[in-house]
Amino acid sequence: MKLIYEKSQPGRRGIGVPGTEGLEVPDVPAELRRETPPRLPEIAEPEVLRHFTELSTRNFGIDTGFYPLGSCTMKYNPRVNERLVGLPGFAQLHPLVEDDAAQGALELEWHLQQILLEVTGLDAVSLQPAAGSQGELTGLMLFHAYFRDRGEDDQRRKVVIPDTAHGTNPASVTMAGYELTPVKTDARGNIDVEDLRGKVDEHTAGLMLTNPSTLGLFDENIEQIGRIFHDAGALMYYDGANLNAVCGISRPGDMGFDVVHINLHKTFSQPHGGGGPGGGPIAVRDILEPFLPVPIVARDGATFRLDYDRPKSIGKVRAFSGPFGVFVRSYAFMRSYGPGLREMSEVAVLNANYLLAKLKGAYELPYERLCMHEFVLSARGLKREHGVSALDVAKRLMDYGFHPPTIYFPLVVPEALMIEPTESEARETLDAFCEAMLAIAREAVDEPEVVHSAPHSRPVRRLDEVRAAKNPVLRFRFEDHPEEQGAGDRQLEAQKGA
Amino acid sequence: MPASESYPDDLLYHPEHDWARIEGDEATLGVTWFAQDALGELVHYEAPDVGSTVTRGSSYGEVESVKAVSDLISPLSGEVLEVNEKVVDAPETVNEDPYGEGWLIRIRLSSPDEREQLLSLDDYRKVLAEA
Repeated sequence: MKLIYEKSQPGRRGIGVPGTEGLEVPDVPAELRRETPPRLPEIAEPEVLRHFTELSTRNFGIDTGFYPLGSCTMKYNPRVNERLVGLPGFAQLHPLVEDDAAQGALELEWHLQQILLEVTGLDAVSLQPAAGSQGELTGLMLFHAYFRDRGEDDQRRKVVIPDTAHGTNPASVTMAGYELTPVKTDARGNIDVEDLRGKVDEHTAGLMLTNPSTLGLFDENIEQIGRIFHDAGALMYYDGANLNAVCGISRPGDMGFDVVHINLHKTFSQPHGGGGPGGGPIAVRDILEPFLPVPIVARDGATFRLDYDRPKSIGKVRAFSGPFGVFVRSYAFMRSYGPGLREMSEVAVLNANYLLAKLKGAYELPYERLCMHEFVLSARGLKREHGVSALDVAKRLMDYGFHPPTIYFPLVVPEALMIEPTESEARETLDAFCEAMLAIAREAVDEPEVVHSAPHSRPVRRLDEVRAAKNPVLRFRFEDHPEEQGAGDRQLEAQKGA
Repeated sequence: MPASESYPDDLLYHPEHDWARIEGDEATLGVTWFAQDALGELVHYEAPDVGSTVTRGSSYGEVESVKAVSDLISPLSGEVLEVNEKVVDAPETVNEDPYGEGWLIRIRLSSPDEREQLLSLDDYRKVLAEA
């Protein structure tokens, strides 16, 4: 497919713009004025439309197929969400209006806060953080504020993180100015409690844990782990990336966690392929409530307001009151389920275990346990015996019409394939995915070259990822295509010649 | 061309797949064949500053491939005398020659006794067998 610059023809226009005769020329300083027109493609409107429509058909999303990208919870986003977020009262609401002109929006945010408190089993919530990663950083800033208030901030410098953690956890710890204490995973995929004991003391600020972990395993010792940290006066942070496994079944607050971030865009639906938009509210235990970011949505009888009068608050972490469109979609999603939210998690866990049971004979299962909402297989045996790696399997899956799972993560499993089906999928889809995975395992034995050189049926073949990382080409190279220069270039050439 | 698998017996090893070549009160550090193979072709080497100190068991820099970013764990403590600029410019040198041209830093040892806690080749092979 050609780039739009390659379709450009000199002098062609999409729309006719009125001339500037008779218009007053604004007083723009000479050094800020363009001397030549911008390098825009010259192309008619129908060609533009066809170009971008064709591009859109090259996309893969949850609307076109199964997307079992582990740890990302690529669930279906119900269309009713889009209808509701498009209501003029939501869509056209200006973020600077006074509270009394935004009562409906504030009421929605307040109810969303209440549901999140119930889901997490905690006492107060801030809707502000823009995504999980910002929720993590905000939570760690609350750690600092809490210990500063107690005069222990200088003493408590360390945060414990298991080796299965999402990469954002150590990054947040470092950004928040804490030191990292890694802890190992035991043979059942839990935190190694013996390794942990020697690492928690009066210098520990807390733990960051995803439960279930990125292995899709619920930590069987979570209560014991909670006691170790609380006995040492430290706090517990719950990375809510995998909350889709436990909604309405078990609550982070009951497990002993003091701060939780919720990925609204994962657990409670929101189109988020390609990095956003996200929503990462945090819920906290009462001891941390005074330090939450401002504003909090407060209720006075029948009216709602943004509460900025919180003297111990760490301040603002995001513009206005948070990603409002995400709030509307997630709230609509929660209310559609109602008290049946538990069923969402039960079906997500059931779907994952169904896939696990069918696939574990053909791929290695590093931890022989029932999984939660996702699981990790290893292609280590295929690689050792047939030279077929997790990357090869992932690329070959594209030929079968599926988005590949997450690969090479978590790092504790070599040749990892991390599969998360979500609750959205019908049994027929799960079966078709299993058939593809089993077929690839057979191909790895019988005709490994087919798997090595996959994908065969996609618009692009295997990309040279190393070269793309080392020599990124981020714009159209006009200098290599003199025949496709725009009007600006021709004018520039003319000036040079003069 | 990626190197073929090897582990020289004149080096000392750290379980995080780092090696050290000790000469007098100095040591040259790098990552093992296993580490570069697990990461794949390197695209970036974040090196420490010359003159900074490195601590045994702590990170002194990062290497990055298209698969992952990995901390470099120092097997020994000391002061950085030299950084391999060739690897900064061409990180794939580590894949081509992990124990030679692909060394990462040279340090002056501050606690030479730490060498007692490193692994011999035989002990490192046991680590590899479990990996």
